[in-house]
Amino acid sequence: MMGRMTSRRPLPRSVDVLIVGGGATGAGLLRDLARRGLGAILVDKGDLASGTSGRYHGLLHSGARYIARDPQAARECMVENGVLRRIAPACIEDTGGVYVATPDDPDDYVDAFPARCAAVGIPCVEEPLEALFQREPALNRRIRRGYRIPDASLEPWQLVEANLRDAAERGSQALPYHQVVGMERSGSFVSSVSIADVRSGTVERIAPRIIVSATGAWAGRLAGLAGIDLAMSPSKGTMLVYNQRMTDTVISRCKMPGDGDIMVPVHTVAILGTTDIPVDDPDNYEATPAEIEALIDEGEKLFPDLRRMRILRAYAGVRPLYAAAEVHGATSAGRADREISRAHAVIDHERRDGVTNFVSIVGGKLTTYRLMAEQTADVVCAKLGINQPCTTADEVLPGQGDPRGYYWLGDRLAASEATGGGDAGLICECELVTRPMLEAFLAERMPCSLDDVRRSTRLGMGPCQGAFCTFRAAGVLAALDDGLERAADEPEAGVEDPLVAFLRERYRGTRPIAWGRQLQELWLAAGIYQGVLGVDALVAAEATVGDGPG
Amino acid sequence: MTISEIVALAGAVAAAPQPLGPIGLSADECLKCNVCTTVCPVARVTDLFPGPKYVGPQAQRFRLGPDLAPGSGHLSVVQSPDRSIDYCSGCGFCSTACPANVKIAEMNNRARAALRAGRRPRLRDWLLGQTDLTGRVGVLTAPLANWSLRNGAFRALIDLVIRIDRRAPMPRFSSRTLRSRLGGYRRSRWSADAPPADRTVVYFHGCAANYYEPNVGQAAIDVLERNGFTVIVPPQVCCGLPLISNGLYRQARGRARTNIAVLADYARAGYRIVGTSTSCTHTLKAEYREMLDIDDGEARAVAQATWDICEFLLDLHDRGQLDTRFGELDRTLPYHAPCQLRSHGIGLPALDLFELVPGLRAIDMDHDCCGIAGTYGLKSEKYDIAMAVGKPLFDRLRASAEDQVACDSETCRWQIAAATGARLRHPVEFLAEAYEAYLAADA
Repeated sequence: MMGRMTSRRPLPRSVDVLIVGGGATGAGLLRDLARRGLGAILVDKGDLASGTSGRYHGLLHSGARYIARDPQAARECMVENGVLRRIAPACIEDTGGVYVATPDDPDDYVDAFPARCAAVGIPCVEEPLEALFQREPALNRRIRRGYRIPDASLEPWQLVEANLRDAAERGSQALPYHQVVGMERSGSFVSSVSIADVRSGTVERIAPRIIVSATGAWAGRLAGLAGIDLAMSPSKGTMLVYNQRMTDTVISRCKMPGDGDIMVPVHTVAILGTTDIPVDDPDNYEATPAEIEALIDEGEKLFPDLRRMRILRAYAGVRPLYAAAEVHGATSAGRADREISRAHAVIDHERRDGVTNFVSIVGGKLTTYRLMAEQTADVVCAKLGINQPCTTADEVLPGQGDPRGYYWLGDRLAASEATGGGDAGLICECELVTRPMLEAFLAERMPCSLDDVRRSTRLGMGPCQGAFCTFRAAGVLAALDDGLERAADEPEAGVEDPLVAFLRERYRGTRPIAWGRQLQELWLAAGIYQGVLGVDALVAAEATVGDGPG
Repeated sequence: MTISEIVALAGAVAAAPQPLGPIGLSADECLKCNVCTTVCPVARVTDLFPGPKYVGPQAQRFRLGPDLAPGSGHLSVVQSPDRSIDYCSGCGFCSTACPANVKIAEMNNRARAALRAGRRPRLRDWLLGQTDLTGRVGVLTAPLANWSLRNGAFRALIDLVIRIDRRAPMPRFSSRTLRSRLGGYRRSRWSADAPPADRTVVYFHGCAANYYEPNVGQAAIDVLERNGFTVIVPPQVCCGLPLISNGLYRQARGRARTNIAVLADYARAGYRIVGTSTSCTHTLKAEYREMLDIDDGEARAVAQATWDICEFLLDLHDRGQLDTRFGELDRTLPYHAPCQLRSHGIGLPALDLFELVPGLRAIDMDHDCCGIAGTYGLKSEKYDIAMAVGKPLFDRLRASAEDQVACDSETCRWQIAAATGARLRHPVEFLAEAYEAYLAADA
């Protein structure tokens, strides 16, 4: 997702607040501060919502997952769940959720479930099994209980987009592909920040009054640039994307949270999550075959036919876990990651480290992004002597105006059918992305990558994983951008052709699950691109690309 | 059947099929290759149908399960997103062409049935499904019924009120059913004193031979008896295909159960079931399982015992057991292979059999679909599409100027006859004629 403001404009020399990190929290903070009248800019070293926010499982928590271990986090989730349903309905599919008791789940947990939900304010109703199986016929028939709770499916990219738009309407900008490469200290004060335009390589220095790190798993690194020691405990979560929704409800298991115990219907796919493995480097991790096997083993307890169902890709995100005393007193030594709280912490480095204008927001989860932003904005405002109330929980985000409220799965098919149906105008057939949709996006966002297009439109996220849409989309992109054609003829050093970059990223997520039909699909794609179109001739220097939950 | 029973049926709501059974799961097999769309006869002629891939494995991913389906109340404000799927003719070419074995046609049919689930069926669609009811009434009132169906004013009224196109082909009701012409043991259920299984076949006549074309049934019986078989015609009802095509699965399951109850005894005792309607035999072989989820031992036994008549005769020939003493039929015979026959996956056995007849020069018209696809081309909003689908075939036949044409499916025969003016006959009728020619020459 590209911001409206691109690298072609110089950065403002001074600004009230610099937010580093363009995930949901950073975007929410930009919105919150803008609504309180503060001038802020947001930078991200990559595309917006391309880190943890863009690689989560898609669940709007009711909080039921945390009732046993962390009732406070559960309560926060439930409150924010209600807030997001009000302010961001178009980003939400109201699937509802069911916690089921499989034969593997402990009786005491199952029996205590409703009372624990009630204790933290989560509405919970037992669903008769007959009704449950009628509604969700793919479920394991040995499931013995089912509790309905208000989980839902939440689209992260549109949510981030809507927050940024609200901020932009108040003059606050977001700049993707801008990386903080250095900070200068004047005693207890960060006096300037050096920001590199990743694509052009130019570096500029700005002097914000306050710097907020919303970098999540990367918070330790950014703090390090300011000379602050902040130990994060990033944890990898691997997820599997299934070709079809075998369930229209979020399904979770009645037990302490573990691996492979939740299935979330997200748009056209269903996502099985997740694992929880400590990683040293938040930029460098892979979904491993052992994790994938373990996920499917567990997932089969929910859906016995799971092994017959087609997996489109595997992806991993990294949780911004923070296990210091500021949260709940846990330690990071010899940790089991499920033990580390999912709660968040606003760290004022003035109190902790004596750095007066640096704040970190760490931990947390996407469901509570707005609350995290609010609490961070409160700290920032206090530092700046601003006394303005937070309005983000009350004001509906832009672009949510459809009176129908929540989106639903059939929206795109309905739109396609309403305009006469047919596939003549389709760029991405799997996800029904039309040429007008693509052109509208490009008109606003050029220059951008096809992966940016993907996050906003779901281009290439269906079963063929880009085999039939990449060349079409690249053609549309090329027609709009002369520079692209130059790159195709004569690749610049270090700049990968957009088509090759997109394919590489698609292949990366497919490789770990390349068996059966998805392997055949890969061969078909290879036949089209390597065999027929000869894209190998375009391959320039190796480039690092990220994966994502497409 | 009484009037009140009919009214009750018309008011019955259709049951929803399961969304992610084996057919739904087969969407997982799609490689997006577009072979299905390339072979689709309907997508070729109209933009109203975007093709089997679009409405099949592609749209499948945008459909909700039964509880969340539009109209269920959960999303009451949302209208069904599936409009174009109604234009699938159900010819089945997509399923036969798919290199990944996606059950595209079956998926489409189920999705259409799901759309109609919980709603009162449209009167026209309900009526077109009741072939044995209309057949029975039509035979009883044959002179009046046949006059009405050829009366322009009546047809215009029907077109206007229930949307069966005034130009659509209508068969003539026979004045007597085939069954009423047959007597004695031919009507019986299986019993231990039935004639031996190896020299006996069970004939499934379907609605067409019973109510409209008893001559086809008679020709099949003649040909089978000529080859030394005893032919048994047990009680039977419509195979259910017109009901399936029109989304009336619950009723179709009733028909299937009735037929299976009778035929399974024969099938298990080793009898072969032979039919002259290639769509009926395909329904017995495949659709009970693939569309109606009837997959028990009895249904499987019936499926395995069922043969299309030409398939059966060619198999007989391959074993050296077919009586090949055919007399000469000196004619050029254009032949159209129906879609449903192709779904059998048995080749084009009629063409092989025609080669055994001296003087008969059969020519494959080599066209995929005549357009009618059962009841599809009868519907007012689809008549022009159906005619466009069949046009190359009609043009070729007119150019050939032959007065007789062979085709294995009754609805195709009626469509082609109406479009070209030629006389359409079942292949087995030509074989029966060739046997007669031999006897005449011998005498």
